[in-house]
Amino acid sequence: MDLNTKYTPQSWPDHPENSTLEGKNKFVGFWLFLGGETVTFASLFATYLALKNKGPSGMEFTTQGLFELPLVFIMTMLLLTSSLTSVYAMYHMKNYNFKAMQAWLMVTVLLGAAFLGFEIYEFSHYVHLGFTFNQSAFSSAFFILVGTHGAHVLVGLGWIILLMVRNAKRGLNLYNAPKFYLASLYWHFIDVVWVFIFTVVYLMGVMG
Amino acid sequence: MSSIAQKKGFGATLWDYLTTVDHKKIAILYLITGGFFFIVGGIEAMLIRIQLAQPDNDFVSAGMFNQIITMHGTTMIFLAAMPLLLGFMNAVMPLQIGARDVAFPFLNSLGFWLFFFGGVFLNLSWFMGGAPDAGWTSYASLSLASPGHGIDFYALGLFISGFGTLIGGINFLVTIINMRAPGMTYMRMPLFTWTTFVASALILFAFPPLTVGIVFMIVDRMFGGNFFDHTMGGNTIIWEHLFWIFGHPEVYILILPAFGIFSEIFPTFARKRLFGYSAMVFATVLIGFLGFMVWAHHMFTVGMGPTANAIFAVATMAIAVPTGVKIFNWLLTMWGGSIVFTTPMLYAVGFIPSFVAGGVTGVMQAAAPLDYQLHDSYFIVAHFHYVIVGGVVLGLLAGLHFYWPLMFNTMLNEKLGKITFWLFFIGFHLTFFIQHFLGLLGMPRRVFTYVADQGWDSYNMISSIGAIFMAAGVIVLVVNIIMTIVKNEKVGRDPWGDGRTLEWALPQPVPFYNFKQTPLVRGLDTFWIEKQEGNKEGMTYAEPVGDIHMPNNSFVPVVISFGLFVASFGALYNGEKSWAVPVIILGLGITFASMIHRSLKDDHGYHVHKEDLLDDKGGKH
Repeated sequence: MDLNTKYTPQSWPDHPENSTLEGKNKFVGFWLFLGGETVTFASLFATYLALKNKGPSGMEFTTQGLFELPLVFIMTMLLLTSSLTSVYAMYHMKNYNFKAMQAWLMVTVLLGAAFLGFEIYEFSHYVHLGFTFNQSAFSSAFFILVGTHGAHVLVGLGWIILLMVRNAKRGLNLYNAPKFYLASLYWHFIDVVWVFIFTVVYLMGVMG
Repeated sequence: MSSIAQKKGFGATLWDYLTTVDHKKIAILYLITGGFFFIVGGIEAMLIRIQLAQPDNDFVSAGMFNQIITMHGTTMIFLAAMPLLLGFMNAVMPLQIGARDVAFPFLNSLGFWLFFFGGVFLNLSWFMGGAPDAGWTSYASLSLASPGHGIDFYALGLFISGFGTLIGGINFLVTIINMRAPGMTYMRMPLFTWTTFVASALILFAFPPLTVGIVFMIVDRMFGGNFFDHTMGGNTIIWEHLFWIFGHPEVYILILPAFGIFSEIFPTFARKRLFGYSAMVFATVLIGFLGFMVWAHHMFTVGMGPTANAIFAVATMAIAVPTGVKIFNWLLTMWGGSIVFTTPMLYAVGFIPSFVAGGVTGVMQAAAPLDYQLHDSYFIVAHFHYVIVGGVVLGLLAGLHFYWPLMFNTMLNEKLGKITFWLFFIGFHLTFFIQHFLGLLGMPRRVFTYVADQGWDSYNMISSIGAIFMAAGVIVLVVNIIMTIVKNEKVGRDPWGDGRTLEWALPQPVPFYNFKQTPLVRGLDTFWIEKQEGNKEGMTYAEPVGDIHMPNNSFVPVVISFGLFVASFGALYNGEKSWAVPVIILGLGITFASMIHRSLKDDHGYHVHKEDLLDDKGGKH
């Protein structure tokens, strides 16, 4: 793979993410990895549902009392939008428009960081109320499930920022195109998991 | 670059192995480490049998006995059987499909080092205040109550090594999907490649639940979580479910590659094509699929209710069908063949009745009402040793003899190999067959001693004598290995004379780039086809000689794994020592910094040039 090959939007392949063997391998491997991640979150969801509202006798915390949908709605919108902007970034990646891709990735990062900020606020709010990680089985299951997702957001942010900084000066080539593509795939996965958290944890929690 | 072996100093060789990304060398690392842990687990087994040889024995204390049985099971499953199988997968699978390496050579190395440091961490427990003592299943109701740090070593050690295994699984899947040589369609893949494929898929979907369960265990024990503590609303059964959702597929992760090894050995030494190839493939896939549907048969006595028990009982019995298909296909492969009883073939033939016995007792336990009688008795111990030793370990020993010339370019001594087989085989049946009756007579498993005159005394003694035979077999094997290394008599290509698949078509020693030219695969048992047509080179090529792209060696995998190793000590002493949290941060810092280093530094590998390939005599046959 020659890094010095200069591409134009015309000569840039249709699928830069898997037009080399290395890219193909990364593409398939990452999808498989996401399969394993899916099982991880499935296990966490199952545990959460089993331990929902379970705690020491006399525990006053329940999903109905704790969760506030407006805040979670804002978070959901932020993350869903960031997924959309990462699609725009990949659209420009495929058209060999590096600057536009970087710009949309920047928007994605900002939206993701805002989501993370709200999540930190939410967690500290719960802790402030006394709903700490050690308070009950329910609290442990909640913080581990939602916190694991939050950790994924953090890793995703770090990953995208590293890619943007590392490649800022040299633009797109067939070596880094798969990397950008996979980071965006990861970001979509995080988004999909959040849709399930929003539904299973928050909506089903508030509705009973 | 030359593929001819050069004399190197010890330091250079060590550095080479620490940084290697070559699947053939990583296979040797897995073999050495797995072999070492196999010996350690074997010594633990001998201590168990010494303790149980006589009633009211006090050779070891009750607490020590619990540590020994826990470490015996954990070591044998996670640190011996799995790495040894991963070693054979690494050594053989890329060669079988005509690939120059695995899809992710760097990750291959990372997977090994994660396993290595996880295994070392787990075994450090012996020297740091006591090993885990809640059984290899580490049920939460027991393990949360266990004092000391044993369980913490278990949870953290398996957490790290589990990541290594998961990485290895993904790597093999991608290799098989993307890197098969031209003409190597899925239905031309050798059975060992097929079983590697299915076992890797099982690893991918089975290890995450274990990791999640272990994370719960870690936070419950070290960070004040409440997943399993019922006074805080937790539920101890969650561990059992997560563990067995992993644990049952794990059985197939172990046995399927062993099936694969036998499926290579039978056709080679019966000198006949594998009978029912496509049925074998479908049986493998079906076993892999059903393997996920049966985990709760380990939990019949938990109280899930008759409906759940009935469903899991029927699903469990269903697995006997594809397994039976395989057994009959192996028998029919031998039928009418011109059989040579080499050491690997002896193991393969010995495997069939042994494994069938284990399978039959498995179907007995699948009947939930009967399982209420058999549960937690020595009958269970006998059953799972019949499938694991009679299936997996015989497969590993067969594979060791069979693939030794491919990995080391020498042959293990056949006479000593056969002595090992007979000692081990007789010892195995002597040890475990009688344990069925001990179970039926009511002896519970995991007891450190028993009262005399319950009719168990002589049976236990016979079982312990059998263990001595097995140990003697392993000692002969070690002697055989040492003698072979000292003699160092090189063998040429296709040392068994009847190799059928691509790996035997390669010149010996296998060049570091594997295939000078990518082969063209013209059918199942491609090397056999070429030999039948009188092709002296053993291969038809799909491309002219050209530059070969190779990955660079890297020390980063060791550093990444070492960081997690360091962080584990912090987690272990969290809340006890003031340095615990800084050590966690330091360890994770090492890991993430080296990951970022890897990410930022471009690694394009290098090229072996066409001219060097043509000059290089090692590449010629």
